[in-house]
Amino acid sequence: AVGLWPCRALLARRGGALRALCGSVRGLAAEPETHFGFQTVTEAERREKIYKVFESVAEKYDVMNDSMTLGIHRVWKDILVHKMNPSPGTLLLDVAGGTGDIAFRFINYVRSVRERQLQRKLKHHQNLSWQEISESYQEDKSKSLGDSQVVVCDINKEMLKVGKQKAQHLGYSEGLSWVLGNAEELPFDDDKFDVYTIAFGIRNVTRIDLALQEAYRVLKPGGRFLCLEFSHVSNPLLSRLYDLYSFQVIPVLGEVIAGDWKSYQYLVESIRRFPPQEELKAMIEDAGFFKVDYQNLNLGIVAIHSGFKL
Amino acid sequence: GRACLSYSEPRARDGRSEEKEEEEEEEGCYRLYPGHIPTSPLQKALLAAGSALMALYDPYRHDMVAVLGETTGCLALPNLRDKMKHHPEGYRILQERPRIRLSTLDTARLRGLPDGTLGREYVRFLEDNKVSPDTRMPPKFVDDEELAYVIQRYREVHDLMHTLLGMPTNMLGEVVVKWFEAVQTGLPMCVLGAAFGPVRLSARKLQVLATELVPWAIRSGRNASCILNVYYEQRWEQPVESLREEIGIFPPP
Repeated sequence: AVGLWPCRALLARRGGALRALCGSVRGLAAEPETHFGFQTVTEAERREKIYKVFESVAEKYDVMNDSMTLGIHRVWKDILVHKMNPSPGTLLLDVAGGTGDIAFRFINYVRSVRERQLQRKLKHHQNLSWQEISESYQEDKSKSLGDSQVVVCDINKEMLKVGKQKAQHLGYSEGLSWVLGNAEELPFDDDKFDVYTIAFGIRNVTRIDLALQEAYRVLKPGGRFLCLEFSHVSNPLLSRLYDLYSFQVIPVLGEVIAGDWKSYQYLVESIRRFPPQEELKAMIEDAGFFKVDYQNLNLGIVAIHSGFKL
Repeated sequence: GRACLSYSEPRARDGRSEEKEEEEEEEGCYRLYPGHIPTSPLQKALLAAGSALMALYDPYRHDMVAVLGETTGCLALPNLRDKMKHHPEGYRILQERPRIRLSTLDTARLRGLPDGTLGREYVRFLEDNKVSPDTRMPPKFVDDEELAYVIQRYREVHDLMHTLLGMPTNMLGEVVVKWFEAVQTGLPMCVLGAAFGPVRLSARKLQVLATELVPWAIRSGRNASCILNVYYEQRWEQPVESLREEIGIFPPP
């Protein structure tokens, strides 16, 4: 079997050259090729495979996230929302938001900011006259979220289903809506949102450039783009440990917990395929964003990229 | 043949050129059979530990029992394969690779066979316990194509074991079959299942198990010839009792 190895590699290379030749002969008819983890597939195949991955993992998505990252993904998401620092009245679009982690954190954050606002207002109102107090009753009853809203958009029906169930279970209803949509072609008008977030989703988009262009389009002028994603570790020792953990442990966890080795194999391969920090920064700038910057978390295992539409 | 090991190092670091992508398609080792997932020794160890714990935690995770069997069977499976090779009927099974599936079984014909025959009792067992041979997991982590068939055959023959031993598919029945299979095959998964299965049984059942069923299962397992060396598909008409005698299984208590 070992002897067959180099023969197969040779055949594959020749096959590749042949495929390239056919591709140029077919010309426009050839489908653009891209990657699915470490495999080479057409764009259409990639979209379908990724849809199937998330359809399959949806039920166990949260459990797996906790197991694979030992709960640290919660901290990463907290940091993202803190960085966003939304004030009441903010309109957030969370793309690839599936099971709602960012949306719920956003709502909690805005609620607590609002509570503090109301408390300060109440303290200030202690010394008002009776007239002023009765006038304040005629104002609109303050909403606990202060008109903040979050729209969760995801391409996958199963992920949205899980998200809606979670929302019901945890008691989130006000200021929250769920939309089925594709990050490469968003079903929203121009200049609508204050903040656009995409957490651990942009890696699964087939045409990242289109997703970034759409993000730019739907944000209001002055709006902020925030992306939380796995990135590249430059520290050599950590990089080796991270690779070992990713390739040896994570697929095993996928098989044992979710009965699904292949989806988690795809996950770790797709992380390796994703552009590193500087390259992603350049892509975001190309889409028209200004003041683009990134912040590494855990030495680059994860990075938050931020940009503004000015 | 044997597959090469070490599916561990990632190939794609930064290069996304066409040529590199071609190499990456190889993915270290190629699949030996449909559904094969090549794994490194470390991955197999982690899988064995993880599947054992998960199977204990959630007994309904039959896939975990299957994975445990595959990852720990590296000594027992070649042993079984050799036993089959050195037996005329077993050898034929290895050559012809019969599969027990609803699509290949003529259940109507089997149901028409007289009571007491293997075919009739097998179909009765499937219907009474509402099970199907099609729910057996195909092997994924066995790195040898022939051994993958051996474990697949073992899984598909399991229901016939129930029929021959006269054991239902409740927890008690399964444990008894596991004891028998542990003695017969030496698969660590059977040994573990036999040892830990009783944990979830009531005291009364444990007593019956310990005093009557397990000793009988062990005696039968020891006395019987290798159960994988019987071409069951050619013996549907044979009465169960006659087959039991032929193999060497003592009558159930």
